[in-house]
Amino acid sequence: MFDPTSKLLLGLVTGIVFGFLLQKGRAAKFHVILGQLLLKDWTVVKIMATAVAVGTIGVYALVSFGYATLHIKPALLGGVLLGGVLFGAGLAIFGYCPGTSVAASGEGRRDAMLGVAGMLVGAGVYVALYPQLQPIIKGLADWGKITLPQATSVSPWFWIAGLVIAIAAVLTIIERISARNSKTLNN
Amino acid sequence: MNFLRMKSWSPYLVGALIGVLSWFSFATADKPLGITTAFEYTAALVEKAAAPGLAETNSYYGEPENKPKIDWEWMLVIGVFIGAFASSKLSGDRTAQSVPPLWKWRFGDSAPKRFAAAFFGGALMMFGARLAEGCTSGHGISGALQLAVSSWIFVALLIASGVGTAFLIYGKEGANRVRSNQ
Repeated sequence: MFDPTSKLLLGLVTGIVFGFLLQKGRAAKFHVILGQLLLKDWTVVKIMATAVAVGTIGVYALVSFGYATLHIKPALLGGVLLGGVLFGAGLAIFGYCPGTSVAASGEGRRDAMLGVAGMLVGAGVYVALYPQLQPIIKGLADWGKITLPQATSVSPWFWIAGLVIAIAAVLTIIERISARNSKTLNN
Repeated sequence: MNFLRMKSWSPYLVGALIGVLSWFSFATADKPLGITTAFEYTAALVEKAAAPGLAETNSYYGEPENKPKIDWEWMLVIGVFIGAFASSKLSGDRTAQSVPPLWKWRFGDSAPKRFAAAFFGGALMMFGARLAEGCTSGHGISGALQLAVSSWIFVALLIASGVGTAFLIYGKEGANRVRSNQ
Protein backbone atom coordinates (compact mmCIF):
# COMPACT_ATOMS: atom_id res chain seq x y z
CA MET A 1 0.00 0.00 0.00
CA PHE A 2 2.86 2.43 0.80
CA ASP A 3 6.41 2.89 -0.52
CA PRO A 4 9.12 3.29 2.16
CA THR A 5 9.07 6.73 3.81
CA SER A 6 12.44 7.78 2.37
CA LYS A 7 11.15 7.13 -1.15
CA LEU A 8 7.91 8.98 -0.43
CA LEU A 9 9.91 11.98 0.82
CA LEU A 10 12.11 11.88 -2.25
CA GLY A 11 9.01 11.92 -4.45
CA LEU A 12 7.60 14.85 -2.49
CA VAL A 13 10.80 16.89 -2.83
CA THR A 14 11.07 16.12 -6.55
CA GLY A 15 7.44 17.15 -6.97
CA ILE A 16 7.87 20.41 -5.07
CA VAL A 17 10.72 21.41 -7.38
CA PHE A 18 8.70 20.33 -10.43
CA GLY A 19 5.64 22.35 -9.34
CA PHE A 20 7.77 25.38 -8.48
CA LEU A 21 9.33 25.28 -11.96
CA LEU A 22 6.00 24.82 -13.78
CA GLN A 23 4.58 27.85 -11.96
CA LYS A 24 7.66 30.00 -12.60
CA GLY A 25 7.57 28.93 -16.26
CA ARG A 26 3.97 30.28 -16.51
CA ALA A 27 2.87 26.83 -17.71
CA ALA A 28 0.14 26.64 -15.04
CA LYS A 29 -2.01 29.18 -16.90
CA PHE A 30 -4.97 28.59 -19.22
CA HIS A 31 -4.01 31.38 -21.63
CA VAL A 32 -0.45 30.11 -21.96
CA ILE A 33 -1.54 26.51 -22.76
CA LEU A 34 -4.29 27.66 -25.16
CA GLY A 35 -1.89 30.26 -26.58
CA GLN A 36 0.42 27.37 -27.46
CA LEU A 37 -2.34 25.22 -28.99
CA LEU A 38 -3.47 28.25 -31.03
CA LEU A 39 0.17 28.72 -32.11
CA LYS A 40 0.51 32.23 -30.65
CA ASP A 41 2.51 31.73 -27.44
CA TRP A 42 5.47 29.36 -27.68
CA THR A 43 6.28 29.17 -23.94
CA VAL A 44 5.23 25.51 -23.56
CA VAL A 45 7.26 24.31 -26.54
CA LYS A 46 10.30 26.24 -25.30
CA ILE A 47 10.06 24.63 -21.85
CA MET A 48 9.40 21.10 -23.08
CA ALA A 49 11.96 21.10 -25.89
CA THR A 50 14.68 22.48 -23.59
CA ALA A 51 13.80 19.92 -20.91
CA VAL A 52 14.02 17.09 -23.44
CA ALA A 53 17.35 18.32 -24.86
CA VAL A 54 18.96 18.72 -21.44
CA GLY A 55 17.27 15.63 -19.99
CA THR A 56 18.22 13.20 -22.75
CA ILE A 57 21.97 13.88 -22.41
CA GLY A 58 22.06 13.34 -18.64
CA VAL A 59 19.67 10.41 -18.49
CA TYR A 60 21.49 8.47 -21.23
CA ALA A 61 24.81 9.29 -19.50
CA LEU A 62 23.42 7.90 -16.21
CA VAL A 63 22.18 4.79 -18.01
CA SER A 64 25.49 4.19 -19.79
CA PHE A 65 27.38 4.42 -16.47
CA GLY A 66 24.89 2.01 -14.88
CA TYR A 67 23.32 4.53 -12.46
CA ALA A 68 19.81 4.28 -13.90
CA THR A 69 17.69 2.19 -16.22
CA LEU A 70 15.37 3.28 -19.01
CA HIS A 71 11.62 3.10 -18.36
CA ILE A 72 10.03 2.84 -21.76
CA LYS A 73 6.27 2.66 -22.24
CA PRO A 74 5.22 -0.06 -24.70
CA ALA A 75 4.28 1.01 -28.21
CA LEU A 76 0.82 -0.58 -28.15
CA LEU A 77 -0.45 1.29 -31.18
CA GLY A 78 -4.18 1.07 -30.41
CA GLY A 79 -3.77 2.61 -26.97
CA VAL A 80 -1.19 5.20 -28.01
CA LEU A 81 -3.13 6.36 -31.09
CA LEU A 82 -6.57 6.60 -29.47
CA GLY A 83 -5.04 7.89 -26.23
CA GLY A 84 -3.09 10.63 -28.01
CA VAL A 85 -6.18 11.87 -29.88
CA LEU A 86 -8.46 11.88 -26.80
CA PHE A 87 -5.71 13.45 -24.70
CA GLY A 88 -5.21 16.33 -27.14
CA ALA A 89 -8.97 17.00 -27.38
CA GLY A 90 -9.38 16.94 -23.57
CA LEU A 91 -6.35 19.19 -23.18
CA ALA A 92 -7.81 21.82 -25.53
CA ILE A 93 -11.19 21.76 -23.76
CA PHE A 94 -9.72 21.84 -20.25
CA GLY A 95 -6.79 24.17 -20.94
CA TYR A 96 -4.31 22.46 -18.64
CA CYS A 97 -2.32 19.22 -18.94
CA PRO A 98 -2.19 16.78 -15.99
CA GLY A 99 0.93 18.22 -14.33
CA THR A 100 0.09 21.86 -15.01
CA SER A 101 -3.51 21.41 -13.78
CA VAL A 102 -2.20 20.31 -10.39
CA ALA A 103 0.21 23.28 -10.45
CA ALA A 104 -2.63 25.63 -11.52
CA SER A 105 -4.70 24.36 -8.58
CA GLY A 106 -1.75 25.30 -6.36
CA GLU A 107 -1.84 28.76 -7.95
CA GLY A 108 -5.51 29.04 -6.89
CA ARG A 109 -7.30 28.53 -10.20
CA ARG A 110 -10.81 27.18 -9.60
CA ASP A 111 -11.42 25.71 -13.06
CA ALA A 112 -8.20 23.71 -12.76
CA MET A 113 -9.41 22.21 -9.47
CA LEU A 114 -12.64 21.04 -11.11
CA GLY A 115 -10.61 19.54 -13.92
CA VAL A 116 -8.41 17.63 -11.44
CA ALA A 117 -11.60 16.13 -9.98
CA GLY A 118 -12.63 15.19 -13.52
CA MET A 119 -9.20 13.59 -14.04
CA LEU A 120 -9.83 11.28 -11.08
CA VAL A 121 -13.15 10.27 -12.64
CA GLY A 122 -11.47 9.69 -16.02
CA ALA A 123 -8.89 7.44 -14.34
CA GLY A 124 -11.75 5.63 -12.55
CA VAL A 125 -13.54 4.97 -15.84
CA TYR A 126 -10.32 3.57 -17.29
CA VAL A 127 -9.83 1.20 -14.35
CA ALA A 128 -13.49 0.12 -14.35
CA LEU A 129 -13.47 -0.58 -18.11
CA TYR A 130 -9.94 -2.06 -18.11
CA PRO A 131 -10.99 -5.58 -19.27
CA GLN A 132 -13.20 -4.22 -22.07
CA LEU A 133 -10.50 -1.74 -23.21
CA GLN A 134 -7.79 -4.36 -23.71
CA PRO A 135 -8.87 -5.37 -27.26
CA ILE A 136 -8.74 -1.67 -28.28
CA ILE A 137 -5.38 -0.99 -26.63
CA LYS A 138 -3.77 -4.17 -27.96
CA GLY A 139 -5.87 -4.39 -31.12
CA LEU A 140 -3.32 -2.86 -33.47
CA ALA A 141 0.38 -3.64 -33.54
CA ASP A 142 2.45 -4.12 -30.38
CA TRP A 143 6.01 -2.96 -31.08
CA GLY A 144 7.02 -3.48 -27.44
CA LYS A 145 9.13 -1.26 -25.17
CA ILE A 146 11.29 0.03 -27.97
CA THR A 147 13.42 3.15 -28.38
CA LEU A 148 14.30 4.98 -31.59
CA PRO A 149 17.97 3.85 -31.36
CA GLN A 150 16.85 0.22 -30.93
CA ALA A 151 14.34 0.49 -33.78
CA THR A 152 17.02 1.85 -36.11
CA SER A 153 19.97 -0.17 -34.72
CA VAL A 154 22.20 2.87 -34.25
CA SER A 155 23.94 4.30 -31.18
CA PRO A 156 21.67 6.37 -28.91
CA TRP A 157 24.28 9.13 -29.02
CA PHE A 158 23.66 9.52 -32.75
CA TRP A 159 19.97 10.16 -32.02
CA ILE A 160 20.77 12.42 -29.05
CA ALA A 161 23.12 14.57 -31.11
CA GLY A 162 20.53 14.83 -33.89
CA LEU A 163 17.74 15.63 -31.47
CA VAL A 164 19.67 18.34 -29.62
CA ILE A 165 20.66 19.99 -32.92
CA ALA A 166 17.06 19.78 -34.19
CA ILE A 167 15.68 21.30 -30.98
CA ALA A 168 18.25 24.12 -31.07
CA ALA A 169 17.30 24.83 -34.69
CA VAL A 170 13.53 24.85 -33.99
CA LEU A 171 13.93 27.14 -30.96
CA THR A 172 16.16 29.51 -32.96
CA ILE A 173 13.52 29.72 -35.69
CA ILE A 174 10.78 30.38 -33.10
CA GLU A 175 12.86 33.22 -31.59
CA ARG A 176 13.58 34.74 -35.02
CA ILE A 177 9.90 34.70 -36.01
CA SER A 178 8.73 36.18 -32.68
CA ALA A 179 11.37 38.91 -32.93
CA ARG A 180 10.18 39.77 -36.44
CA ASN A 181 6.51 39.75 -35.37
CA SER A 182 7.09 42.03 -32.39
CA LYS A 183 9.04 44.42 -34.67
CA THR A 184 6.11 44.72 -37.11
CA LEU A 185 3.72 45.18 -34.19
CA ASN A 186 5.82 48.04 -32.81
CA ASN A 187 6.14 49.85 -36.12
CA MET B 1 15.45 35.41 -2.43
CA ASN B 2 14.57 38.08 -5.00
CA PHE B 3 15.03 35.47 -7.67
CA LEU B 4 12.47 33.18 -5.98
CA ARG B 5 10.04 36.10 -5.71
CA MET B 6 10.07 36.79 -9.46
CA LYS B 7 6.72 36.20 -11.21
CA SER B 8 8.32 34.27 -14.02
CA TRP B 9 11.61 32.83 -15.19
CA SER B 10 12.86 32.36 -18.73
CA PRO B 11 11.21 29.31 -20.31
CA TYR B 12 14.67 28.11 -21.33
CA LEU B 13 15.91 28.24 -17.73
CA VAL B 14 12.77 26.46 -16.51
CA GLY B 15 13.12 23.83 -19.25
CA ALA B 16 16.81 23.26 -18.51
CA LEU B 17 16.08 22.88 -14.79
CA ILE B 18 13.27 20.39 -15.51
CA GLY B 19 15.80 18.49 -17.63
CA VAL B 20 18.23 18.44 -14.68
CA LEU B 21 15.35 17.40 -12.39
CA SER B 22 14.79 14.40 -14.68
CA TRP B 23 18.46 13.41 -14.14
CA PHE B 24 17.82 13.70 -10.41
CA SER B 25 14.68 11.54 -10.49
CA PHE B 26 16.40 8.83 -12.56
CA ALA B 27 19.52 8.94 -10.38
CA THR B 28 17.79 8.96 -6.96
CA ALA B 29 14.57 6.99 -7.50
CA ASP B 30 15.22 5.31 -10.87
CA LYS B 31 11.92 6.86 -11.97
CA PRO B 32 10.89 9.12 -14.84
CA LEU B 33 8.82 12.23 -14.04
CA GLY B 34 5.14 11.43 -14.61
CA ILE B 35 1.77 12.40 -13.20
CA THR B 36 -1.10 10.25 -14.39
CA THR B 37 -0.21 6.81 -12.99
CA ALA B 38 -0.85 8.25 -9.52
CA PHE B 39 -4.39 9.21 -10.59
CA GLU B 40 -4.96 5.68 -11.94
CA TYR B 41 -3.70 4.11 -8.69
CA THR B 42 -5.86 6.42 -6.57
CA ALA B 43 -8.95 5.54 -8.62
CA ALA B 44 -8.07 1.82 -8.46
CA LEU B 45 -7.67 1.94 -4.65
CA VAL B 46 -10.94 3.84 -4.23
CA GLU B 47 -12.88 1.47 -6.50
CA LYS B 48 -11.46 -1.57 -4.72
CA ALA B 49 -12.43 -0.14 -1.34
CA ALA B 50 -15.91 0.85 -2.54
CA ALA B 51 -16.71 -2.38 -4.37
CA PRO B 52 -14.41 -5.25 -3.33
CA GLY B 53 -16.53 -7.80 -5.23
CA LEU B 54 -16.31 -5.83 -8.46
CA ALA B 55 -12.54 -5.52 -8.09
CA GLU B 56 -12.24 -9.33 -7.95
CA THR B 57 -13.88 -9.71 -11.34
CA ASN B 58 -11.86 -6.88 -12.93
CA SER B 59 -8.70 -8.23 -14.57
CA TYR B 60 -6.99 -4.88 -13.83
CA TYR B 61 -6.11 -6.03 -10.34
CA GLY B 62 -4.58 -9.30 -11.55
CA GLU B 63 -2.02 -7.71 -13.88
CA PRO B 64 1.53 -7.80 -12.42
CA GLU B 65 2.35 -4.26 -13.69
CA ASN B 66 -0.67 -2.73 -11.90
CA LYS B 67 0.31 -2.29 -8.27
CA PRO B 68 -1.95 0.47 -6.98
CA LYS B 69 -0.35 2.08 -3.93
CA ILE B 70 0.75 5.36 -2.38
CA ASP B 71 4.17 5.61 -3.97
CA TRP B 72 6.94 7.97 -5.11
CA GLU B 73 4.84 9.28 -7.98
CA TRP B 74 1.80 9.83 -5.76
CA MET B 75 3.91 12.06 -3.52
CA LEU B 76 5.34 13.78 -6.62
CA VAL B 77 1.81 14.94 -7.52
CA ILE B 78 1.25 16.28 -4.00
CA GLY B 79 4.62 18.00 -4.31
CA VAL B 80 3.67 19.69 -7.59
CA PHE B 81 0.70 21.28 -5.83
CA ILE B 82 2.85 22.46 -2.90
CA GLY B 83 5.66 23.70 -5.16
CA ALA B 84 3.30 25.74 -7.35
CA PHE B 85 1.55 27.07 -4.26
CA ALA B 86 4.91 28.16 -2.76
CA SER B 87 6.10 29.73 -6.01
CA SER B 88 2.88 31.71 -6.48
CA LYS B 89 2.83 32.77 -2.82
CA LEU B 90 6.41 34.08 -3.06
CA SER B 91 5.67 36.14 -6.17
CA GLY B 92 2.05 37.04 -5.48
CA ASP B 93 1.15 35.56 -8.87
CA ARG B 94 -2.07 33.98 -7.58
CA THR B 95 -5.62 34.01 -8.87
CA ALA B 96 -8.92 32.39 -7.90
CA GLN B 97 -10.08 32.75 -11.50
CA SER B 98 -12.96 30.48 -12.55
CA VAL B 99 -13.55 31.64 -16.13
CA PRO B 100 -10.43 32.48 -18.18
CA PRO B 101 -10.87 35.54 -20.51
CA LEU B 102 -10.52 33.57 -23.77
CA TRP B 103 -13.19 31.12 -22.58
CA LYS B 104 -15.42 34.02 -21.57
CA TRP B 105 -15.13 35.60 -24.99
CA ARG B 106 -16.25 32.33 -26.62
CA PHE B 107 -18.77 30.88 -24.13
CA GLY B 108 -19.80 33.70 -21.77
CA ASP B 109 -19.03 34.26 -18.13
CA SER B 110 -20.99 31.35 -16.59
CA ALA B 111 -18.75 29.65 -14.00
CA PRO B 112 -20.83 26.42 -13.86
CA LYS B 113 -20.52 26.06 -17.64
CA ARG B 114 -16.74 26.48 -17.45
CA PHE B 115 -16.52 24.08 -14.49
CA ALA B 116 -18.53 21.43 -16.36
CA ALA B 117 -16.25 21.74 -19.40
CA ALA B 118 -13.11 21.63 -17.25
CA PHE B 119 -14.41 18.53 -15.47
CA PHE B 120 -15.30 16.79 -18.74
CA GLY B 121 -12.09 17.89 -20.47
CA GLY B 122 -10.00 16.71 -17.52
CA ALA B 123 -11.76 13.34 -17.50
CA LEU B 124 -11.33 12.87 -21.26
CA MET B 125 -7.67 13.88 -21.09
CA MET B 126 -6.94 11.47 -18.23
CA PHE B 127 -8.79 8.63 -19.96
CA GLY B 128 -6.60 9.21 -23.03
CA ALA B 129 -3.46 9.40 -20.90
CA ARG B 130 -4.18 6.02 -19.31
CA LEU B 131 -4.96 4.39 -22.68
CA ALA B 132 -1.55 5.57 -23.87
CA GLU B 133 0.15 5.09 -20.46
CA GLY B 134 1.47 8.63 -20.23
CA CYS B 135 0.83 12.36 -20.43
CA THR B 136 2.66 15.57 -21.30
CA SER B 137 5.16 14.72 -18.54
CA GLY B 138 5.38 10.92 -18.78
CA HIS B 139 5.45 10.77 -22.59
CA GLY B 140 6.06 14.41 -23.60
CA ILE B 141 9.14 14.99 -21.45
CA SER B 142 10.28 11.72 -19.83
CA GLY B 143 9.44 9.39 -22.71
CA ALA B 144 10.67 11.78 -25.39
CA LEU B 145 14.02 12.26 -23.64
CA GLN B 146 14.40 8.47 -23.39
CA LEU B 147 13.79 8.38 -27.16
CA ALA B 148 10.83 6.01 -26.72
CA VAL B 149 8.97 5.20 -29.94
CA SER B 150 5.59 5.16 -28.12
CA SER B 151 6.23 8.64 -26.68
CA TRP B 152 7.15 10.31 -29.97
CA ILE B 153 4.02 8.87 -31.61
CA PHE B 154 1.93 10.09 -28.66
CA VAL B 155 3.45 13.58 -28.79
CA ALA B 156 2.77 13.91 -32.53
CA LEU B 157 -0.88 12.91 -32.04
CA LEU B 158 -1.43 15.07 -28.99
CA ILE B 159 -0.11 18.12 -30.84
CA ALA B 160 -2.26 17.40 -33.92
CA SER B 161 -5.39 16.71 -31.87
CA GLY B 162 -4.79 19.54 -29.37
CA VAL B 163 -4.13 22.17 -32.03
CA GLY B 164 -7.03 20.91 -34.16
CA THR B 165 -9.49 20.96 -31.25
CA ALA B 166 -8.30 24.39 -30.05
CA PHE B 167 -8.89 25.87 -33.53
CA LEU B 168 -12.29 24.11 -33.77
CA ILE B 169 -13.31 25.72 -30.47
CA TYR B 170 -11.79 29.20 -30.78
CA GLY B 171 -10.98 29.59 -34.49
CA LYS B 172 -8.61 32.08 -36.05
CA GLU B 173 -10.40 34.93 -34.33
CA GLY B 174 -9.76 33.34 -30.94
CA ALA B 175 -6.12 32.81 -31.84
CA ASN B 176 -5.80 36.52 -32.67
CA ARG B 177 -7.14 37.39 -29.23
CA VAL B 178 -4.23 35.62 -27.56
CA ARG B 179 -1.59 38.19 -26.89
CA SER B 180 1.76 36.82 -27.95
CA ASN B 181 3.93 38.01 -25.08
CA GLN B 182 7.10 36.13 -25.96
